[in-house]
Amino acid sequence: MTEHVQTLLDAVALGSIYGLMAIGIGLVFGVLRLVNFAYGQLVMAGAYALALTQDVSVVLSIALCFAVVLALSLAMELAAFRPLRNASPTTMLVATFAISYLLQSIALVRFGAIGKILVVIPQLTKPLTIGSLHVRWITIVTILVAAGVFAALTLFLTRTSIGLQMRAASIDSETARLLGVRANAVITVAVLISGAIAALVAVILPMAVPERILVTPDYALRETIIVLVGVVVGGIDRLLTATLGGFTMGFLVGALSGFLPSSGSWPFTSSVYLDSAVFMLVIVVLLLRPEGLFTRSRRSVVDRV
Amino acid sequence: MPTADAAPILQVRGLEVRYGSVPALRDVDLEVQRGEIVGLIGPNGAGKSTTLQAIVGTVRASAGEILLGGVSIRGQAPERIVRSGVGLVPEGRRIFAALTVEENLRLGLAGRRSKNGAHEALEMVNELFPVLRESRRRHAGLLSGGQQQQLAIGRALVAEPDVLLLDEPSLGLAPTIVDAVFEKLGAIRDRGVTILLVEQRAQRTVAFADRTYVLANGELRMTLGPGEAGDTDRMVAAYFGS
Repeated sequence: MTEHVQTLLDAVALGSIYGLMAIGIGLVFGVLRLVNFAYGQLVMAGAYALALTQDVSVVLSIALCFAVVLALSLAMELAAFRPLRNASPTTMLVATFAISYLLQSIALVRFGAIGKILVVIPQLTKPLTIGSLHVRWITIVTILVAAGVFAALTLFLTRTSIGLQMRAASIDSETARLLGVRANAVITVAVLISGAIAALVAVILPMAVPERILVTPDYALRETIIVLVGVVVGGIDRLLTATLGGFTMGFLVGALSGFLPSSGSWPFTSSVYLDSAVFMLVIVVLLLRPEGLFTRSRRSVVDRV
Repeated sequence: MPTADAAPILQVRGLEVRYGSVPALRDVDLEVQRGEIVGLIGPNGAGKSTTLQAIVGTVRASAGEILLGGVSIRGQAPERIVRSGVGLVPEGRRIFAALTVEENLRLGLAGRRSKNGAHEALEMVNELFPVLRESRRRHAGLLSGGQQQQLAIGRALVAEPDVLLLDEPSLGLAPTIVDAVFEKLGAIRDRGVTILLVEQRAQRTVAFADRTYVLANGELRMTLGPGEAGDTDRMVAAYFGS
């Protein structure tokens, strides 16, 4: 029983990380109609910044991680997204593929394929013991941080002028511009918030997911693909449904890897067939609810993608 | 009210717009003096909406000049033109149905040139359209067509534009609601707001406006005064080019 509770908490934490990434991807999609495939490489860049400076103070290292990811986000917006503002969604998607592979290649050339061990705050990986329950601090911190970010973002989007303008631009950017909303400013703010969330994920991910302790050029790529699937399954049109989609995928991955046996033959080998099991569920969901798991609209998944 | 300032607040000279190789506007000249209501009428496809779209920068002018207060705004981004003092009530209203009435009005503040006076501007709009105050927490999509039109007008007015462009504000509304909309436009005029009104309802617009341009087939055909609202022969001739 205790083991199940621990597995469920870990799954919620993983869902929270994926939910955070879904917020980052969903925010930019909202204002740009752009699916940023290169989002994982922002996390990768932040993780490298942390790994290369972890011998310095933790605060400085984390500050540098945020600075690097924010600068890279801004560079992406200015050098790629802005010149392609009026391009088709397909062109923009392909451009983000190119950025993703470019950044991976740069990391490969600069830092090699072997990878670097990253432990940001070792104290957070220690367990908190409540009776027979052992929960790592990072699990609790991850859940709280994700909830805090979602709450803060909700307040930002509903209570501030720029947040309101962001919502309007994501509904109908042309009308928003006709009211005087500065599209470029709103998009830049969305890209920067999305980048800040990627930096946050870079800090949390290596502590929360044991196999992500090693930073490699393809760091967070698998997470990005699963989150992208999650936001489409949840409903990419709205931030809440996209976030729920990302959370659900993370929760599923965490729960399945915890509850499925770690050895045996197909279909009971979680370590080998986990992704197959998850994507099989995705296909079932898309067949049953093509409009999205959490959305109320009836638009097909093809339209939304 | 017209002031001593003789320079037109909005001036369009030799405006040409093409959709591909098809000319939509040819050599259009019009001007709006401060405090005036100027009408722009014409049959479907005459180029009325295109004229407004060219002024606010959503359609590119291939030739000609558009001056706001004597300063060229041609080629600028729509948000910059709006922030320079041009307010638009678009065709079909284009309110944000998923946002509340209050949020729609707050969005209009984005077009203001000064942060000062925003509260007063919202108050002015709420006084002009009491229904907006009463339903401020409701989703805008739940309002009736006439109420949505009031919201679209109010949303443009909170920016306190130098000139307000309205694209067929009576479209799709019941006759009694149309009466109410024109009544509100009169009240807005009384507050000294300059208006360029694009309408399908020709006679009503001619009677209402200080001057009305008649546009047909992408060209200006004539200008009518309020006393000529009953001159249907001239209007028909302008519409059909005879």
